[in-house]
Amino acid sequence: MKDDTVKLSLKPAGPATERPISIAIVAMGGQGGGVLTGWIVDLAETQGWVAQSTSVPGVAQRTGATIYYVEMMRPGESGQKPVLAQMPTPGDVDVVIASEFMEAGRSILRGIVTPDRTTLIASCHRSLAVSEKMAPGDSIADSSAVIDAIGVVAKQEIVFDMDALAVRNGSVISSAMFGSLAASGTLPFERAAYHAVIRKGSKGVEASIRAFDAAYERTTNGPEQPQANPPEAAEPLAPALPAALRDTRANALLMRLRAELPEQAQPMAYLGVQKVVEFQDTAYGNEYLDLLRDLSQRDRAAHGEAHGFAFTTTAAKYLANAMAYDDVIRVARIKTQSARRQRVAQEVDLKEGQLLYTTEFMHPRMEEAASVLPVGLATWLKSRKSLYAWLDSRINKGRRVQTYRLGGFLMLHLVGALKGMRRRSLRHKMEVAHRDAWLADAAQALESNYALGVAMLSFRRLIKGYSDTHVRGHSKFEKVMRTTKSIADRDDAAEWAQRLLTSAIKDASSKDLDGTILTIESFASP
Amino acid sequence: MAERSFAKEVQDLKLGEGDLFRGEGILAITKALLQSGVSYVGGYQGSPISHLMDVLADANDILDDLGVVFQSSASEATAGAMLSASVMYPLRGAVAWKSTVGTNVASDALSNLASGGVTGGAMVIVGEDYGEGSSIMQERTHAFAMKSQMWLLDPRPDQACMVNLIEKGFELSEASNTPVMLQVRVRSCHMTGEFACKDNKRPDFSLTDAMNNPERDLGRIVLPPAAYEHEVEKIKLRMPAAIDFIREQKLNEVFGPTGAEKTGKTGLIVLGGMYNSTIRALQFLGLCDAYGNSRVPIYVMNVAYPTIKSEVDEFCEGLDAVLMIEEGQPEYIEQSISTVLARSKSPTAVHGKDYLPMGGDYTAAVLTEGIGRFLEDFEPAQLGNRAPVPDPVPILTNPAIKRLAEVVPARPPGLCTGCPERPIFAAMKMVFEETGSHHVSADIGCHLFSILPPFNLGATTMGFGLGPASAAAFNVKGAKRAISIMGDGGFWHNGLTSGVGNAVFNKHDGVIVIVDNFYSSATGGQDILSSRAHNKRRNTNNSIVDAVKGIGAKWVRQVDHTYDVTKMRDVLNEALTTDAEGPKIIVASSECMLNKQRRVKPQLAKAIKGGQRVVKEKFGVDEDVCTGDHACMRLSGCPSLSVKELDDPLRDDPVASIDSTCVACGNCGEVADAAVLCPSFFRAEVTHNPTGWDRIRAKLSGSIIRSLQTRREKRAVSFEA
Repeated sequence: MKDDTVKLSLKPAGPATERPISIAIVAMGGQGGGVLTGWIVDLAETQGWVAQSTSVPGVAQRTGATIYYVEMMRPGESGQKPVLAQMPTPGDVDVVIASEFMEAGRSILRGIVTPDRTTLIASCHRSLAVSEKMAPGDSIADSSAVIDAIGVVAKQEIVFDMDALAVRNGSVISSAMFGSLAASGTLPFERAAYHAVIRKGSKGVEASIRAFDAAYERTTNGPEQPQANPPEAAEPLAPALPAALRDTRANALLMRLRAELPEQAQPMAYLGVQKVVEFQDTAYGNEYLDLLRDLSQRDRAAHGEAHGFAFTTTAAKYLANAMAYDDVIRVARIKTQSARRQRVAQEVDLKEGQLLYTTEFMHPRMEEAASVLPVGLATWLKSRKSLYAWLDSRINKGRRVQTYRLGGFLMLHLVGALKGMRRRSLRHKMEVAHRDAWLADAAQALESNYALGVAMLSFRRLIKGYSDTHVRGHSKFEKVMRTTKSIADRDDAAEWAQRLLTSAIKDASSKDLDGTILTIESFASP
Repeated sequence: MAERSFAKEVQDLKLGEGDLFRGEGILAITKALLQSGVSYVGGYQGSPISHLMDVLADANDILDDLGVVFQSSASEATAGAMLSASVMYPLRGAVAWKSTVGTNVASDALSNLASGGVTGGAMVIVGEDYGEGSSIMQERTHAFAMKSQMWLLDPRPDQACMVNLIEKGFELSEASNTPVMLQVRVRSCHMTGEFACKDNKRPDFSLTDAMNNPERDLGRIVLPPAAYEHEVEKIKLRMPAAIDFIREQKLNEVFGPTGAEKTGKTGLIVLGGMYNSTIRALQFLGLCDAYGNSRVPIYVMNVAYPTIKSEVDEFCEGLDAVLMIEEGQPEYIEQSISTVLARSKSPTAVHGKDYLPMGGDYTAAVLTEGIGRFLEDFEPAQLGNRAPVPDPVPILTNPAIKRLAEVVPARPPGLCTGCPERPIFAAMKMVFEETGSHHVSADIGCHLFSILPPFNLGATTMGFGLGPASAAAFNVKGAKRAISIMGDGGFWHNGLTSGVGNAVFNKHDGVIVIVDNFYSSATGGQDILSSRAHNKRRNTNNSIVDAVKGIGAKWVRQVDHTYDVTKMRDVLNEALTTDAEGPKIIVASSECMLNKQRRVKPQLAKAIKGGQRVVKEKFGVDEDVCTGDHACMRLSGCPSLSVKELDDPLRDDPVASIDSTCVACGNCGEVADAAVLCPSFFRAEVTHNPTGWDRIRAKLSGSIIRSLQTRREKRAVSFEA
């Protein structure tokens, strides 16, 4: 084919073909992106540059993702003003400033971060999107994907928790980001010029300067000490066991645990036994270890060592959760702990001379009240329909309990004291029955399919919450368990079990779960 | 009081001859109006015009000094009709709104205005909400200008040009007896820049002069036979007058090589608003420098309508092909240019949407691609040795970026922290859990966020204040009752008659929820009739309940504290089940939290500083009690209620957590109670500057509490090493 492109000699790149410096600020509505934009424009103008900013407030200002855009350039030799663009062009942005980590990710997807020119300044803290919060389990986006992407796309990267740094200095994130911008060396302005811009403000000037300086130092010199936990911290690991404990009751449990359980499962079991003992007493802790010992023997028989005793470790985790179930006694005891008050005081930043009270939002029903009663009494009450309904009408209502007022505290303290009769309660009986059936199912599956046995133990994760939520959790558990048992003899049963669990965790409406079940039924039924 | 205060910025409106104005586009537009000597200004808020209304409201004193009447109009129709002051009198006036939605509402008034014509300059400033970040349907205001024959100005995004066009626009309006529209895009409204000021002008002829010397002319009223004469006037007189004025005043501009230097075969015809992006695209193609010195001739149409035939003919002289650059569809101007050149039997080929996309933003990247292909086909020599065009595609196809695309969650807008509308939708969702879902007609306003997660309520939205009207067909006895939502802004805009009045008259059986948050909140917190604040320039505190009763509604319930979720739910249940005839109206009232915080926060800080006893509240979650089911999130979506990972190997799922931005509205506690979710939530109450009695009480109960705690905790098994 004929190429009729004429090769012209173009003028060398001089001031005339130079493009402006472009800065995109990606933020969420109400995060101070506007303040930072204003500062940058002011900075450029006071240095004799022509600057222009644009933004699209619209509905995005209500917590949605939004973008501010600044261009700046020196006026031409004879004072001509440059024509500045109103939105960033992918592949042609010099600096991208992201006030949140997933927003940094979004800016990369927009193509405005490219390896040949873009300095990415991003705070690695997360502000979760609604979709991440809504799932009935863990649905938080994986930050490591952003870290990996930044490594590929950014010419220069400045990433740290600017929000935390700003808060430590009594300021907001815009000051920290401004500091990092100054330190990045991407703009030809002196540090003093940045200070001067901040000082023009009226509110919180000193705090802003402090945060600016701290971010400047952090950007220039790196972290003070190598970060112990990178943002993508893996699953928390159970800590190693102590040699001995001072409390003889606790020490006996520790010794037992060490003697009877495979080494791999010991750290998890140690956490589990603490949870169970705190929930009830030493005897209950021994019951936990009894059950675990039996399970570990089944594990060994199923060649558990080849699997690192995953079955026992998983059992140690979920059995502890199953035994320390969420009843009113446990809630009352947690609310009245002294450590709890300290935690709240810290959360509200309680100062000397201030008083702290809390109001608990509780809604007990007759169901919960009856469940802590001894089995006989509870069953009798339940059989007296009208009496039960009358009692429910007296009990079932929202109650605001003031924990640190005497009356409220005494009431909760008394409920907490019911611990002594817990093991005779209707709730306990039901929990034990459910627990035993669950463990039996898992142990049976283990014999023919190790991974399936482990998966069945982890189904326990579905049971959580209170009242209706708890009931829904139970029904999900039953569905998942029933379906899994129906295909237990298949080789890929464990994979399907995992898939069932995942769909039950990610979707509150059970639609995904029911879909997975239908799929299984389609090939399971003859 | 509006969300954003311009009290400081409006001082710049006082600048005069020789001063340099520096600031946001919206302020520049306001300044231009004052320099033009307007007598009256009106409008209706809505992005990107909200800030214009806020600026004017904050500039009241300056307007008073100049004798300018400023009104926050009840609707765009009101604002449009307000321009009738310029029909008989030499009064200049301007109105502003969000378009095309506002122009839709105002079009009846505009048609009448344009038919009879004006004596004084009349201008409509429309915020063209098109493209990325827009909150409305994607349409062009251009159609309205053409059908009613109003001149449409579309200045280059440069403040000096915008200001000049506004001043000239009034002259054009007077020279051609035709109302003028000036469209500015979202980014231009919020764009910073500068221009050389002139003195503000006091109108020569005042509103008082007009009112004391009333005039009328039957020939200006739209009624046969005058209406037919108006059409003739439009064609024979007003259009030619406008064309002459636009030519003489050179409102359109030509850049790039002209005269003997114009040797190329191609040219660009650019709508004013597209100019900056076009220049950047030409720069990427190596055809222009950053200061706009282009090697390709450019005809910039700062006047989008009408097309000036002689200018087009002249520009196209000697060119093989021109490319028309206009955003959005249909390609009105391209069609017009084609017609013009066809009538002249010009050999120049007209292109536009065949090289550029029919819809969507004309970004520099889009234009670079389109102009590049156009030049390749018609004048490849121009492109020469092409500099590499910015191209993110290679990096976007990297596997790491592809993986990222699956990870980054969508972040739709949502209700603010502490929003009083959240408990309304939480209650509705709880009702639906029991009764199954109902048809919900949504409306425009913050409450429209109910259509998004976590609430997922609302099937349609038909326009501002039209929520109840859009449920009109669902009037069948015995079926599940339809619910419609309407905000207080929409209610006063038109909903009182179009929705409530209609439902009363037709004995509609549905439920109407009126969300009353004391402001026009979505547009930035402007006052409206039912605002509860005292506003010395406006009449507020007019009850919505009285209004609906006045129009004939019988079943009316007011919930004066929406955060009472239980009550909200019970009222909704009652409305859905009662035997009462006619519409069941619930007025759900609580102050917009964004505005409330702005109002209350400084007061509280001052009280604490002054040593007064103040109780500050914040909600929290007991992380050991929370089981990580997140049922609370599915009834909330509050930005301050989030989840956090625990450092506990025994737990799998993150638990609920409330951050320091919590304003203690109480929704999460109320929902946990009403939906019987869990006992995890608590409200922490911190007493600042406690009284002596406070301290004694705390000491007394504190010591008993501590001794009980110590006793219990001493007996516990300790796992300390």
